[in-house]
Amino acid sequence: MSEPAPDDPTPRAHFVAGVRAAIPFAVAGGILSLSFGVLAREVGLSAIAAIAMSAVVFAGSAQFAAIAIIGAGGGIGAAVGAAALMNSRFLPMGVAFAPSLPGGPLARAAQGQPVVDASWALALREDGSFDRWYLFGASAAQYATWVSGTIAGALGGDLLGDPEKLGLDAIYPTFFLALLGAEVRSGRAKGVAAAGALIALVLVPLAPPGIPVLVASLAALAGVRERAR
Amino acid sequence: MSTGAAWALVGLCAVVTAAIKAAGPVALGGRELPAWFNGVISLMAPALLAALVCVSALADGDHLAVGADTAGVAVAGLALWRGVSIVAAVIIAAAVTALLRAV
Repeated sequence: MSEPAPDDPTPRAHFVAGVRAAIPFAVAGGILSLSFGVLAREVGLSAIAAIAMSAVVFAGSAQFAAIAIIGAGGGIGAAVGAAALMNSRFLPMGVAFAPSLPGGPLARAAQGQPVVDASWALALREDGSFDRWYLFGASAAQYATWVSGTIAGALGGDLLGDPEKLGLDAIYPTFFLALLGAEVRSGRAKGVAAAGALIALVLVPLAPPGIPVLVASLAALAGVRERAR
Repeated sequence: MSTGAAWALVGLCAVVTAAIKAAGPVALGGRELPAWFNGVISLMAPALLAALVCVSALADGDHLAVGADTAGVAVAGLALWRGVSIVAAVIIAAAVTALLRAV
């Protein structure tokens, strides 16, 4: 995995570097989206609706949460609510990304759209700023495989079989684990990671899905003290 | 589910996701942020990612459950730590999980 290159002047080079760095995550995401395509068909979405969902929502955990609610007999409102809660972590991630974005409100809103977990983490520099073209490149690679994996899963699900039998649900945590491994270089980062994990686990039985991860971001407030010293 | 309901689901999920992703960048438009903010941001990745690992490996709805997938992720984590690629780790995680479920 290559680091964001702060010295290279051209957006294109940053974009290409982002595409390259994200390829392993894009491959893993592609396998994951295969299972999304299969599961979405199973709960009653047409192939075209399943593919459209990946193309316009492009947020894996939210998509899985929404179709799980539908599969369990829940309504549209509950499914959209679950997706919103899953996506709530993009609020602090967007706040973090904001200072690295130029332009007016519309341009900024548009630049916030490609933010997904892997791209956000890969493009985050040690000083807390983001390489935005690197992020866009990383998301472009993941978007391509996310949509094509969904197409394959939605159309060819019969050939694939049961995603759970294939162990595809173990891909998500592994994906996040690989990203985490690159982030916990310092002792302080390890402490914050442990605190975030603990907060999330304590909240799982107490709060609706999505909220434990959102609240876990508060562990990063340990960084306030560091700067005040 | 009906065709109309499916498309409502897709459309509403898209709108909600776009609004959430736009909120931070729009709300903080062009504002000078205090210096401590960067210290917090740089630690947000470990906090969020560790939480995502634990929740996706251990949470089953509103309770915690250790299953075949937890074992698969643990083996993959060990493999990652030993330096295997992400793609290999993902395949290991799925293979171990599938194997445990098959026996």
